[in-house]
Amino acid sequence: MPVELSGGEIIVQFLRDEGVEYIFGYPGGAALHIYDALHGQQDIRHILVRHEQGAGHAADGYARATGKPGVMLVTSGPGVTNAVTGIATAHMDSIPMVVISGQVPTGVIGSDAFQEVDAVGITRPCVKHNFLVKDVRDLASTLKKAFHIATTGRPGPVLVDVPKDVTDPSVKIPYTYPASVSLRSYNPVTRGHPGQIKRAVDLLLSAKRPMIYTGGGVVLSEASEVLTEITRELGYPITQTLMGLGSYPASDSQFLGMLGMHGTYEANMAMHECDVLFAVGARFDDRVTGNTEHFSPNARIIHLDIDPSSISKNVRVDVPIVGDTDQVLQEMLRLLRSGDRHPDGSALKEWWGQIEQWRSLDCMSYDRNSELIKPQMVIEKLSEVTGGDAYVSSDVGQHQMWAAQFYGFNKPRRWLNSGGLGTMGFGLPAAIGAQLADPKADVACVTGEASIQMCIQELSTCLQYMLPLKIINLNNRYMGMVRQWQEFFYESRYSHSYMDALPDFVGLAEAYGHVGLRVERPGDVEGALREAFAMKDRLVFLDFITDQTENVYPMIEAGKGHHEMHLSPDRELA
Amino acid sequence: MRHIIAILMENESGALSRVAGLFSARGYNIESLTVAPTEDPSLSRMTLVTSGSEEIIEQIVKQLNKLVDVVRLMELAEGPHIEREMMLVKVRATDGEAREELKRLADIFRGRVVDVTENTYTIELTGDAEKVDAFLQALPQTSILETVRSGVMGIARGERALRL
Repeated sequence: MPVELSGGEIIVQFLRDEGVEYIFGYPGGAALHIYDALHGQQDIRHILVRHEQGAGHAADGYARATGKPGVMLVTSGPGVTNAVTGIATAHMDSIPMVVISGQVPTGVIGSDAFQEVDAVGITRPCVKHNFLVKDVRDLASTLKKAFHIATTGRPGPVLVDVPKDVTDPSVKIPYTYPASVSLRSYNPVTRGHPGQIKRAVDLLLSAKRPMIYTGGGVVLSEASEVLTEITRELGYPITQTLMGLGSYPASDSQFLGMLGMHGTYEANMAMHECDVLFAVGARFDDRVTGNTEHFSPNARIIHLDIDPSSISKNVRVDVPIVGDTDQVLQEMLRLLRSGDRHPDGSALKEWWGQIEQWRSLDCMSYDRNSELIKPQMVIEKLSEVTGGDAYVSSDVGQHQMWAAQFYGFNKPRRWLNSGGLGTMGFGLPAAIGAQLADPKADVACVTGEASIQMCIQELSTCLQYMLPLKIINLNNRYMGMVRQWQEFFYESRYSHSYMDALPDFVGLAEAYGHVGLRVERPGDVEGALREAFAMKDRLVFLDFITDQTENVYPMIEAGKGHHEMHLSPDRELA
Repeated sequence: MRHIIAILMENESGALSRVAGLFSARGYNIESLTVAPTEDPSLSRMTLVTSGSEEIIEQIVKQLNKLVDVVRLMELAEGPHIEREMMLVKVRATDGEAREELKRLADIFRGRVVDVTENTYTIELTGDAEKVDAFLQALPQTSILETVRSGVMGIARGERALRL
């Protein structure tokens, strides 16, 4: 006999059966029956955030760090609207997430009831799919569909809106866990077309100046290992997008660094000059391609992606392959190893000679003798102190680019940042998610004094759950990236980009019950980092007072080509 | 280029808004859109007329396919197909001569007068969009009181069929 459960109990029991470890949430009227069902049970840990945006990013950070879906629970109305930024952030980066939102009772939907919003309508453009459950008998199967859709194909957030009467504790129905799900309208392709795979391998082997360009899809499909194998087998240069970092080891000599607007000179030049480009799990975002008219002008392009709509969206490609990155790369590797064709060794040697010449420009050099703390140096030291193996979340702006450029990620799922939506406020809650996923690991949140204030309230969450994050605040008293653009493109008119009346971050950290350290001299950076990471059970807020005038280089202005880079104020290309 | 996309989708609340929302969010044109349940009440059939370059149409088709509620779709204009639109038009028809003339026009276009009052006719007309346009132009312009058009619906000719 199946057990008889109320809607609220079904949600909790379902999540248990689904193997969910954590729910990130915030209670409120319409969600109270669900919260009551959560009370007293031990299997699922509910993490109480201080703002629903934080719940979204924390669930997202957990998902990015583990590959498992993040789960959040919010109430109706403002609970949902606050969650939207978190949902949209996950959507833009294809992060698997299930959002359960309370809704006003079905009988009053549409009457402008207290704390009512059309959650399904508001979230529709920023979810992979969403549901309104009007009958408790549909609850378990809908939740199963939500997890299935969120985690398969190109992942993404799915919202399940549950009116309060559907979770009524007095209405009990038989519950059994729906172990499987089938949707006639949703069957994502995973196996690539064999003919296309063969064409891709042939084209790759015919290259004289090959280039591999990979993105977040490699991380999402757990394809790092096979990507690394195939890249080494071929001996080709590889670059990664902001979202792809870590899925090929940054310390490897075949890695040319990140590409795009703030990518390395060698990566961008190789993109521009290559004759065959192999794009894997990347979507030709405008921050990557620059002006698409000048994008890899001489290249024949192979594009492997799970989402057909990513193919030929921004750039026309010659050999499209729709399929799961990991599966298709495995198949390609098999073909490469079983065939008798090999890469063109002499052409490759010449190509690498050219690349080394570009590399010798040392495009990311900065003043290492400055009397002010250079933000790049803080990230380099952070990498040293953590052995390059920490989970690093970031917010959005200059610090994000420096973290991406200078940390040197060697493993996937270590680098957590809002690449697509560019959400300030992401870093701290995302770090919470990562720390809960891997409690013993070093977790750093690289942020700036502007971004950190967008979700600073989550410091309280960190205390409640004893999360020993290390917050690396690159404090330049400016919204750095805004200031940089204003300097370059608005004749240094710094309109509203100065952060006036900043709090005393050390005092603030202490007020929240944490440790705060201010660091003002370059010579103290490493010591402070070591001291902080030695405190294994405390959150330490490190406030680094950095050079206000430092800019992120190299830089390609929006709308320019990969070959039109700025290196630094003193070093322009001919 | 004008394209006609036939879509078979789950007959669920919100499915229509997902399609409409996709078009507005991505800046695609909708010239017309009709939707109604099929013989299988769990499915709706939609006919959507849009226009754009080959690249845009390719994206529209891919994005529509990506919607979880969309079961299957077909570009009708890729092959031989039939298009129909229905129009109801209410015209002022007061004196005998005008009434005669309007009735004759309706006959020429194979329309039917479906409602008659002392002062009005309501004419029903079915055809492709061009024929409906032509009828509207043929009517004395000052006589038109109200028009309502169903939007285009379409089906492929021959064996080609959009079904599960």
